[in-house]
Amino acid sequence: MKSAPYLAQSNSVRRVMLTVVAALLPALTVATWFFGIAVWVQVGQAVLACLLFEAAMLRLRGLPLAPFLTDGSAVLTGMLIGVCFPPLGAWWLVWVGSFFAIVVAKQLYGGLGHNVFNPAMVAFAVGIVSFPAQMAGGATVYAPLSNLEQLALIFSHTLPADLGWDALSSATPLNAVKVALSAEVPLPLALFSAGVSGVPNSLVGLAVAYLLGGGVLLWRRVVTWHGPVALILTLSTLASVGWLLSPARFAPPLFHLLTGSVMLGAWFIATDPVTGCTTPRGKLWFGAGVGVLIWAIRSFGSLPDGVAFAVLTLNMMAPLIDRHTQPPVFGRKKKASP
Amino acid sequence: MTSLFRFHGGVHPPEHKAESNATPIRPAPVPPLLHIALGQSVGNAAQPCVSVGDTVPAGACLGRAEGRISVAVHAPVAGVVRAIAPHPFAHPSGLSVPTLTLEPNGSTATVDPQPLAWQSADPRSVLAHLRDQGVVGLGGAVFPTHLKLGGTGLDTLVVNGAECEPYLTCDDRLMRERAQDIVTGILIAAGLTHARRILVGIEDNKPEALAAMQHAASGSGIDVVAIPTLYPSGGAKQLIRILTGIEVPAGTRSSDLGVQCFNVATLYTLAQALHQGLPVTRRIVTLTGAVAEPGNVEALIGSPIGWLLNTAHAGYCTEYGVIVGGPMMGFTLPDLNAGLTKACNGLIAKSPTLFPPRPPALPCIRCGDCARVCPAELQPMDLFWLAKARQFDRAQAQHLFDCIECGACSYVCPSQIPLVDYYRFAKGELWAADRDKKAADRARQRHLFREHRQARDKAEKAARFAAARPAAVPLASAGGSAEQPPTPTSSDAAKQAAIAAAMARAAAKTTPPSAASAAVEPPPIPSPDEAKRAAIAAAMARAAAKTAPPSAVPAAVEPPPIPSPDEAKRAAIAAAMARAAAKTAAAAVASPPESPTP
Repeated sequence: MKSAPYLAQSNSVRRVMLTVVAALLPALTVATWFFGIAVWVQVGQAVLACLLFEAAMLRLRGLPLAPFLTDGSAVLTGMLIGVCFPPLGAWWLVWVGSFFAIVVAKQLYGGLGHNVFNPAMVAFAVGIVSFPAQMAGGATVYAPLSNLEQLALIFSHTLPADLGWDALSSATPLNAVKVALSAEVPLPLALFSAGVSGVPNSLVGLAVAYLLGGGVLLWRRVVTWHGPVALILTLSTLASVGWLLSPARFAPPLFHLLTGSVMLGAWFIATDPVTGCTTPRGKLWFGAGVGVLIWAIRSFGSLPDGVAFAVLTLNMMAPLIDRHTQPPVFGRKKKASP
Repeated sequence: MTSLFRFHGGVHPPEHKAESNATPIRPAPVPPLLHIALGQSVGNAAQPCVSVGDTVPAGACLGRAEGRISVAVHAPVAGVVRAIAPHPFAHPSGLSVPTLTLEPNGSTATVDPQPLAWQSADPRSVLAHLRDQGVVGLGGAVFPTHLKLGGTGLDTLVVNGAECEPYLTCDDRLMRERAQDIVTGILIAAGLTHARRILVGIEDNKPEALAAMQHAASGSGIDVVAIPTLYPSGGAKQLIRILTGIEVPAGTRSSDLGVQCFNVATLYTLAQALHQGLPVTRRIVTLTGAVAEPGNVEALIGSPIGWLLNTAHAGYCTEYGVIVGGPMMGFTLPDLNAGLTKACNGLIAKSPTLFPPRPPALPCIRCGDCARVCPAELQPMDLFWLAKARQFDRAQAQHLFDCIECGACSYVCPSQIPLVDYYRFAKGELWAADRDKKAADRARQRHLFREHRQARDKAEKAARFAAARPAAVPLASAGGSAEQPPTPTSSDAAKQAAIAAAMARAAAKTTPPSAASAAVEPPPIPSPDEAKRAAIAAAMARAAAKTAPPSAVPAAVEPPPIPSPDEAKRAAIAAAMARAAAKTAAAAVASPPESPTP
């Protein structure tokens, strides 16, 4: 080092990224426990795809592979794509998603640290907009499928002979609620305990696993509490108000928190430092904004889930929020404390 | 028990204090040559009051304070003045500054100590005494101490024994071994400022120093407080915050709020100067890092730094350089021949094992770790992006100049970005822009004045013509003689103008010599003001002459404005620093990382 400080903590971008990857492992384990190997297939594919696209783009941009390919950011993006894409979706879905995440959302914007939008959410948004049927169809994991049968479904689009396609098209809990609520029929409360596709406790199990991962991130100081807490509080407050006012029209708060990718979004997506806010108050606003939009999209929109679009919308607003939430500087506070 | 307050952020770098704090302070030997810079404080350098070849006793004044912000400089030992000339200075730029080279002659001749009964003396004479004994802030800022003791009615006297920089233990050892003298100094400072409350802050990683100070201060009304070890608690504003809860507002001095902060070593020398009557000619320096015998020495001001480190490790490796100060805020010394200054609290011999090269920088991922540790509560990542984008005015609007360059952000950055380099670079660019703007303003003023002057001269000339014409017309109509030039009056005017100009030039030229001959001591350089005035007078005379036909007056040579030497020096230093910062920043950005070895 040429100039002070001559000391530096032995921290690295790779360590930060791999900490987040590690924090995803509880959820992956739980998902595997409940549903089988499918999620690992998607995660593995997405990580491979992201690394390949990253390498290709680095080469195209004339950048060295060494520090950037191994910084862990592409691996993390791949992991996130893997967990938020439908586990039984066709194999090429995550490849398309990874292409948009790495090539378009990340590298074309300038690479690590320069992307405006969360790459994994861009991948998800592209998928849900361009291939709605495939994204929805593979979202349901039908437990009775063995691991081999899952692989066959993902890679060759074949089902066991005794299973009809309509068994797979059964709606996700979120969709089921949406359909039920829009039809003004009583909510199938059994969905809670039933969990995803009839696997008992899978909803609660996954949510708790993501929460555990969030705890790891907090403990390792990779994220601060501001974003997730603001998101969860805002979403549950709005959901509670709506549900109390009109239980037939709005889903209950617990349902909002447990379904879809809310916990994933709160702890792993809305906390992305590159595309989120940096100031403490900004993080609160960012989380709250995501919470509001998730509830609004789920309650009034036509999309099955709103996390991706809520996050992408707030990504656009992040710089503006940051600018208006600058914390006071030492010695420039309006009211000097004692 | 004083209740403590927190400042935002802070880091815990590895302390590395055990290497050097275990052994008592050793007296450093006398070097063969001392290079005593005449500028040992903020402000003006001292004016030498000895000549080359003079033999001086120990403690003799070598240079007198020059102007308000300045202190005297003294001979640490008896010896012969060998040179008064520019010599490399302990500064990141490696600039040469006027330095007095003293060759110790082994004589024991010593100036009689001049203690001062400060309680009964006139406060002004006490302050003058401190100035003449060369007492400055030894925490690193080297601000003349007498200027901080001027006011009375101080609310709180904060004594800085935090020593938060890793590796450094000079204050630690001083407090352990000479607590009583420090307490004497504290009481003097408190007496001079009529401080109502005295708080001594010492980081709790120095229990021995704490105990020694508490013991020495018992019954004196001094509150010796253990503060949590957290870098940079030793920053004056941070320490004041910790001990009093006061956040010194940006752009104001703590004294405006009734708080004044002194380093323990400063107060020790204050006591020495008033009680013992000894000038500041030595200081405690931590010699540590890659040396065989790390420890603290009481070294003579002016000892060549490379030589001094040799006393801790004969033939130590100079290949990796030496850090002056602590590893968080110090600098790499460009020239090991530089003499020890009063600001040098530590010399750290670098080695690749102690200070491994930083892994290549990756892009900022805006993780905000830097903001979490910034004691100034800035948004360092934003300042970094702005500096990188050369949006310096926006960086300034985001309070770039509130950055104290403590290095905490750089220390925690997971992308290993040398953030402080970017801030130094941005500050340098802003200073340069400010200078350029001032220069442009001056130039514009000069230009406006010139235009005004030309217009005025033209008008005056026209008026003269108008006045002269009625006389000239009858002459021309009556005469017809060929010898008469066509416009006699205008040539007369030209001649007169030329004469006036010549006289003005002559006056301008003779002014400095005549002033010099009148003065007893010839000033080395004519005062810039005088020179400027003369130049303006000459220019005005020339302008007057130019309005006459050009052939009549030989073009005068404009004397170039003589820039004040101080200004030029400051500009040179700033430019050198900016260049250095820019270089390191550019190197960090330009060289794409090869392998991310942690």
